[in-house]
Amino acid sequence: MAELAAKPPSWLVPRGPGRTAIQLVVNGAEYTLAVQPRRTLLEALRDNLHLTGTKRGCGLGQCGACTVLLDGKPVYSCLILAIECEGRRIETIEGLERDGQLHPIQQAFLEADAFQCGFCTSGQIMAVKGLLDSHAEPTPEEVKRAVSGNLCRCGAYPNIVHAGLLAAERMGRGR
Amino acid sequence: MAKVVKTQVEFEGRMLEQAALLQGPQPPHWPQEASLEVVGTSALRIDGFERVTGRARYSCDVHPPGMLCGRILRSPFPHARIVSIDASRAELLPGVRALLTSTNAPAIRWKDGKLILDSLLSFEGDEVAAVAADDAETADDALSLINVQYEELPFVLDPEEALQLDAPKVHPSGNLMGGKPRVYDRGDIKRGLSEAEVTLEESFHTQTALHNALETHGSVTQWIGKELTIWDSTQGIFAIRSEVAEILGIPLNQVRVIAEYVGGGFGAKQETGKYTVLAALLSRMTGRPVQILLSRWEENLSTGCRHPTTQRVKLGAKRDGTLTAIDLHCVVPVGSYGYAGSVDGPARGLYQCPNVHTGLYAVRTNEGPARAFRAPGYAEGSFALECAMDLMAEKLGMDPLELRLKNYADKDPMTGHDYSSNKLREAYQLAAEKIGWSSRNPRAGQTAQNAPLTTRKRGLGMASQLWGGGGGPPANAVVKLNPDGSADVITGVQDIGTGTRTGLAQVAAEALGLPLSAIRVTAGDTRDAPFGPTSGGSQTLSSAGPAVRSAAMDAQEQLLDVASQLTKLPRERLEVRDGFVYDGRSPGQRKSVAELLGAFDNLMIVGVGSRGPNPVGYSLRTFGAQFAEVEVDVETGRVRVLKLVAVHDCGRVVNPMLVRGQLLGGITQGIGYALTEERAMDRQTGRVLNPDLEEYLIPTVLDIPEIDANVLNQVDPHTNNLGAKGIGEPPIIPTAPAIANAVYNATGVPFTSIPLAIHQVIRKRSVP
Repeated sequence: MAELAAKPPSWLVPRGPGRTAIQLVVNGAEYTLAVQPRRTLLEALRDNLHLTGTKRGCGLGQCGACTVLLDGKPVYSCLILAIECEGRRIETIEGLERDGQLHPIQQAFLEADAFQCGFCTSGQIMAVKGLLDSHAEPTPEEVKRAVSGNLCRCGAYPNIVHAGLLAAERMGRGR
Repeated sequence: MAKVVKTQVEFEGRMLEQAALLQGPQPPHWPQEASLEVVGTSALRIDGFERVTGRARYSCDVHPPGMLCGRILRSPFPHARIVSIDASRAELLPGVRALLTSTNAPAIRWKDGKLILDSLLSFEGDEVAAVAADDAETADDALSLINVQYEELPFVLDPEEALQLDAPKVHPSGNLMGGKPRVYDRGDIKRGLSEAEVTLEESFHTQTALHNALETHGSVTQWIGKELTIWDSTQGIFAIRSEVAEILGIPLNQVRVIAEYVGGGFGAKQETGKYTVLAALLSRMTGRPVQILLSRWEENLSTGCRHPTTQRVKLGAKRDGTLTAIDLHCVVPVGSYGYAGSVDGPARGLYQCPNVHTGLYAVRTNEGPARAFRAPGYAEGSFALECAMDLMAEKLGMDPLELRLKNYADKDPMTGHDYSSNKLREAYQLAAEKIGWSSRNPRAGQTAQNAPLTTRKRGLGMASQLWGGGGGPPANAVVKLNPDGSADVITGVQDIGTGTRTGLAQVAAEALGLPLSAIRVTAGDTRDAPFGPTSGGSQTLSSAGPAVRSAAMDAQEQLLDVASQLTKLPRERLEVRDGFVYDGRSPGQRKSVAELLGAFDNLMIVGVGSRGPNPVGYSLRTFGAQFAEVEVDVETGRVRVLKLVAVHDCGRVVNPMLVRGQLLGGITQGIGYALTEERAMDRQTGRVLNPDLEEYLIPTVLDIPEIDANVLNQVDPHTNNLGAKGIGEPPIIPTAPAIANAVYNATGVPFTSIPLAIHQVIRKRSVP
């Protein structure tokens, strides 16, 4: 108890208004960075850590291009402040492929041609991953719901749903 | 010797005279029966790995060391004059590195004749000032510290009002672009209308639509010495290069434009934006790279829209359905320095009608500029014409499909030329079969006798598609054949998501006789590439593809020369397949390309090629038909598309998977255009109410019906040596009229404006 009182949780410590040092754990790696408290997780990922696979489509939580997993749940990283994410598990598209080996969801997106320009793709893939991590055998309707907050202006939707189901099937087989 | 040829090239409804320099061999046509091994297969995208891993580098991802963040201050008023501008407080903010306003910006003339940062502002979102700072937060703060005094001026949004003598002038030369309407006449429209036994007159309205590519417009600029590098989110790297060189007065070879990956364009990214030039100026002032990426809000105010239209259509026909007259009067507000699409294109060219008159009034208004948007003009014009055709069919008591077949154009009605190929009849037939056309309500609103009593009414509708896409010169390519048997294909095109890299790689692999995995395609960088066309007009593949094939053929001929000299076999006996050179006489005898070229150190074969001229005396067009089944709840006003069948004719299909993607995409955007998308303007203030993705409704995954997407895959024997035409824009053209016609068939109520939003349907319902 004494220890707790001496060191309150980080979110209770007043920060800013200038830059403040924070620690983020992204794809299992720990980073220390200095950001203004108003900086979003999206900006911290892209501009501070140069993890540019996560895209900014609107910055207003309307398009889903910036979807990442926070403690395993899909979130719009443009709607969450970087300082809110200290001590939480952040997963981005960069964490999926290893040594040139695509994650089954990525492989399914590639094979199903579930993208055109690819700008929404990182967000779509992370949304599907969020679903499959908790629902191994989704129905087409569940896949649709999972990516319904991710706009694809190129209109690859039927292929995105197909890719989600294909990935689920393959990952299920692998288990 | 390099030869200059002149040829006609169609681009988005306009005919252009193009000169081309012929370099490299001009390969013969690949006929329908040619046995091709790579072309025609659904090869996966060669850049797919980059796109699914987040490694693809879009212009917004580029981050040169020392990069500053640029931001633009924009006009809050549709028409205003800057009385004074005081940026002194912003300049004092720590971290602000450069500021540009009308008081210190260079006197660069923009497309409307005004200065790049002018004191006269003519739309909400017009550029007022630009700042470069150490980070985004500082740049944002700096904008809020710039104190601008505006004098608001009277503004005009309605094009009819803008044509009045006392209307506020959007441009000193007047509000009617070109000072007169664009008029087309064929035959005698008065005679055509007087000869008609049945006439139809109706006004149609289409809305302002926003492109909303997911990657907003933006540039990163960097000067190294006298050389300017621009990473731009663009559909035309060479267009940007020449425009920026001219604007800044520097040689072409000192502007390098890079667009490695582009997050969609749909027409809005074909021209240089002010943000690009402002970034370049701020870069030069600071000696540091500058990034200006537009926000979604800026994107939707300033970088373009599909203009709305008001179209009055008059049709005249004999009782048997033969059209005697098509008369179209259309008024198009194009914003402050916009562009009018070929709204008159379908009326001129879709039907065999002897008497046609079209008049198009492009009118400047105090709104953001209109830009090309996937099939510009044709999507709007087809809505009016194809809905009018259904109203006419109803009047005549004819099946709408039968009416179209009655007036089928076997030759191009505008020129009298034969089409290079035209499979519209087959498209109608197949699509009708697939949707079950024979089961449609025989008369609009008249449902089957045994239909259950319900507020939901079903109907079927259809519409036709006409568009260009034949492409043409200039387009060049270089093929480098490496000593290990791999090849680099160097092009000056860019892949905005359509799969251009992949399609061109397939063409190169086929023409070289190498496996697809041996091909790398360079696109999206002007520095070392020969010229490539803008990705627009559905013509990237049909323009650049033949150039790649020509360069590959040049390289292969040199390879055969080398092989013949090394093997002492006559050249005519040798052929290249799958990466091996075979002796035609004894097919067991083969040597890999790597083995042949590897005999020398670093022997590289360089092939050069170009796009040849278009055939004389043929009209190069693409065709298609879409049929929709809808359900309309007449109680709630909700329109649901249940099924959409599309059949398109784009000549030879180089990659069926990629073509299907274009169909799905165009139809999806067409569904948005038909049902939900509309930029809303506050008429009182001249401000856009929904420049976002919250209230501007583009389709989500939940809005997409069953789509049956088909292409006929019939080789065009004349258009170019691939026999392929474009498919990027065609699929959006017939979707909205097919849906509107299906709603008419379901309800018996004609809908003459889009979007067919719930409130529109309800409003119609309450009219007895």
